[in-house]
Amino acid sequence: MAYSEKLIDHYQNPKNVGTLDKADKSVGTGLVGAPECGDVMRLQIQVDDATGIITDAKFKTFGCGSAIASSSLATEWLKGKSVDEALTVDNMDFVEELNLPPVKIHCSVLAEDAIKAAINDYRVKNGKEAIKFEESVVH
Amino acid sequence: MLKLPIYLDNNATTPMDPRVLEAMTPYFLEDYGNAASRNHPFGWKAEEAVDYAREQVAKLIGADPKEIIFTSGATEGDNLGIKGVFEMYAQKGNHIITATTEHKAVLDTCKHIEKQGGEVTYLQVKADGLIDLKELEAAIKPTTILISIMWANNEIGTIMPIREISAIAKKHGVLLFTDATQAVGKIPVDVNKDGIDIMAFTAHKMYGPKGVGALYVRRKNPRVKVTAQMDGGGHERGMRSGTLNVPGIVGMGKACELCMLDMEADTKRISKMRDKLENALLLLEEAYVNGSREHRLPHVTNISFKHVEGEGLLMGFNKNIALSSGSACTSASLEPSYVLKALGLGDDLAHSSLRFGLGRFTTDEQIDYTVKAISETVIKLREMSPLWEMYKEGIDLNSIEWAAH
Repeated sequence: MAYSEKLIDHYQNPKNVGTLDKADKSVGTGLVGAPECGDVMRLQIQVDDATGIITDAKFKTFGCGSAIASSSLATEWLKGKSVDEALTVDNMDFVEELNLPPVKIHCSVLAEDAIKAAINDYRVKNGKEAIKFEESVVH
Repeated sequence: MLKLPIYLDNNATTPMDPRVLEAMTPYFLEDYGNAASRNHPFGWKAEEAVDYAREQVAKLIGADPKEIIFTSGATEGDNLGIKGVFEMYAQKGNHIITATTEHKAVLDTCKHIEKQGGEVTYLQVKADGLIDLKELEAAIKPTTILISIMWANNEIGTIMPIREISAIAKKHGVLLFTDATQAVGKIPVDVNKDGIDIMAFTAHKMYGPKGVGALYVRRKNPRVKVTAQMDGGGHERGMRSGTLNVPGIVGMGKACELCMLDMEADTKRISKMRDKLENALLLLEEAYVNGSREHRLPHVTNISFKHVEGEGLLMGFNKNIALSSGSACTSASLEPSYVLKALGLGDDLAHSSLRFGLGRFTTDEQIDYTVKAISETVIKLREMSPLWEMYKEGIDLNSIEWAAH
């Protein structure tokens, strides 16, 4: 199975690998997937309280190349976006950008889930209600 | 100069030995006769070549040439051996005993037999990948007609206690079939000393061509018969119809002869490289060998690198090193290796495994390159792994409620 150049580049030179302080109120952490399934994604966002803009994003991922590339891409996309804009990122955006093959669609779903989980974690920490998302269907 | 890519997937298939190709070539272009053509020199030559190859194959496994049935490969051999016994011995019983770590060609054949009214017992294996002989004996019933246990496992290289299994089979008057695909040509196999009744193997795992294999079917003590699975001209003593693949058979014969000649030297050299590879990779933290290290093929090792995912790992070097992983992501099924799970490995470790299959043409230089590339990738991916970070912080991964997917 041949992967796209973009995917391979994200795998080989992942952007924004790292850890933000999850105790910090301005940091939202999303941890999705499970070791048994072969994918665990942790995505973190740092939000400027005043503007609602995501100023930093970091990830760590246990998974295949597509999962690593999807999470690396997610951090790139999130930086500079407002939290509301971040909510519009869809799993198909990853599929298109990285040209994921059908068996790897679940990696894109995981990335979308990670974004939503990080945003909800940030919201709850800051006294807002968690947004209820529809269950993702793929997996 | 080191030539890339490096091939370390010899359990999947081996390259052909150039000496095998050389032996085969005339049978494509000059001596292309049908071995069943009795009335002209083309047929005679082909038949002579097949007879010679049959002797070469028989010799490697200590059999009589008449006991060799040429097939298209081990999958066909597994089907013919198991289904053939099930049908031939239907009057005696309908129960077959096998193990959960068998190749799919055996397991799916057994599932087929269950649909046909057969009964199959699937023995669990111990953590080292071997079956428990007491459990085997306890599973035998009056209706048992066949025990089907592979000689050596394709994923972890574990060698089953085949002589002990055979003794149990004999004691109870049950036939023993073995899928010896990974064993023949690599370790000594003697159908008489080891007490085998039926055995499937293939040429392309021992430096021969793809598309040709053999089924050993015992002729004496006891005389074993299998029901043909294909109707036709009644070739191969009526057990396997179809025009013989003469060049392939010649290649298989030559491959067997070479294995016999080279086995001792090959084993010595290859196992030394395997040990070097294994020991170097085990210097990495949280790296574990899967399956018995004691009862194991000399050219195989299967290692799990905890907290990195197998396919992600392969992607770090698979342009340059050909390897397999037990990770689900390398297959379309999304299920990790059932063999590794049968050893009791958690899904996480099963996802983190690499299978190394060295071969006759593996070099020391290739091993050095591989050790370096894999070690670097494991370290790099662990830096990126949230599980590794948690592990390093002393967090028990089992204490986390993972989002179910």
